[in-house]
Amino acid sequence: MSATANLPLDELRFWETSVGKKAVMAVTGVLLFGFVIAHLLGNLQIFESPEKINHYAETLRSVPVLLWGARITLLISVCLHIWASFALWRLQRAARPIPYVKKSNTHSTYASRTMMWSGPIVLAFVIYHLLHFTFGVVHPGGPFDKHNVYNNVVYGFQFWPVSLFYIVAMIMLCYHLYHGLWSMFQTLGFSHPVYTPWLQRLAKVAAILIAAGNISIPVAVLAGFIKPV
Amino acid sequence: MKLTLHVWRQKNAQDRGRMFRYEVPGVNEHMSFLEMLDVLNERLIEKGEDPIAFDHDCREGICGMCGMMINGKAHGGFKGTTVCQLHMRHFKDGDELYLEPWRAAAFPVIKDLAVNRSSFDRIIAAGGFISVPTGSAPDGNAIPVRKLDADLAMDAAACIGCGACVAACPNSAAALFVGAKISHLAHLPQGQPERDRRALAMIRQMNREGFANCSNIGECEAACPKEIKLEVIAQSNADYIKAAFTERPETAIGGAG
Repeated sequence: MSATANLPLDELRFWETSVGKKAVMAVTGVLLFGFVIAHLLGNLQIFESPEKINHYAETLRSVPVLLWGARITLLISVCLHIWASFALWRLQRAARPIPYVKKSNTHSTYASRTMMWSGPIVLAFVIYHLLHFTFGVVHPGGPFDKHNVYNNVVYGFQFWPVSLFYIVAMIMLCYHLYHGLWSMFQTLGFSHPVYTPWLQRLAKVAAILIAAGNISIPVAVLAGFIKPV
Repeated sequence: MKLTLHVWRQKNAQDRGRMFRYEVPGVNEHMSFLEMLDVLNERLIEKGEDPIAFDHDCREGICGMCGMMINGKAHGGFKGTTVCQLHMRHFKDGDELYLEPWRAAAFPVIKDLAVNRSSFDRIIAAGGFISVPTGSAPDGNAIPVRKLDADLAMDAAACIGCGACVAACPNSAAALFVGAKISHLAHLPQGQPERDRRALAMIRQMNREGFANCSNIGECEAACPKEIKLEVIAQSNADYIKAAFTERPETAIGGAG
């Protein structure tokens, strides 16, 4: 243990340390958050008119380079986010081999302690969501027409077990974002006695708005507010 | 008052260990928590039993030697209090308390409630040196330090390395300890020449010791008897990330010798 005058560069590379992996999670988290916002804003057009959302869907497909660029970026982000979280989860398991008989967590939020639950549930949702509305292979409740996004959504959500799963998944996303949105600033090195509490409040509001916005669609369908055309 | 204690008893590092129940009558409210354990140990010795091993030294809350989990809370969970400074007036007759050692792979149990925290020493050692002139004492105010930086450095330097942050963390992360050590010198001019190298070396050593990642949940901050803030973790993350991206092999051409 000499004083580290010359650190060998190949010692532990950036992503091989826990801080590096957390930074990977934070950066990919920002990208995924951006997607969630854009996706929500796009989806809310369903409240305007069937033509509006169908036209929006056509527009997205009209520039394949952009569409596939976004899809590949998201896929890479998701993979890195999951890879880093899994590696860290294993590290955590190894770091405390003997559990406490009694352990009381007093100052942490429920959301922060359950990221490893809300994350996989959201992942399961994303996989189903793709099969449901993108590929249309698991679409109970009605016919799937690639060119009629509006009807696909309405028929899809009229089948209540699917809607229920979507709503539960969005509540999990809310928890995940509530902790993740402010936590990424801390991970990337920004913490401030005044601004961090505001970031936490902002994260809470953003997480609730995103979940509420997404949940409003299946609820509107189930309530009969949005009908098939 | 009379207490019921459930204490982790483990003969040595190899022993599996288990919880033992002790009835402790006649506890005076003016005793410190460790004095209460001293009384119990005297009674155990009189009965010819093995006394409970626990870490302690100054008993003034400044050395960082003592520490144990009391009902799942590091140092008992009172604000800014080490277990030696915890008094029995906080407990009441009939209380049932679970005493456990700090739990982390990097803190192996030596015996009962005493753990080996050499991993912390190795992290400190990995941090290396700072470049200051030795010899005659320099003038106290020769190097100006901004008041805010002096305050932040001193707040971070208050860390006594007790390990409560690791014990309280669900991940057994040492981020608060390492953050305090990195922040402490990062805020001072004397810490600047080796700042990048120190952040890299200490974070890497932290991982080599088997401490897991920080997930920014804040249990450590609440458990810290010196009230070190989560801010130090952000500071050390920032230093590490910057250092990792600017790290490069030493230049062989020219250079400063």
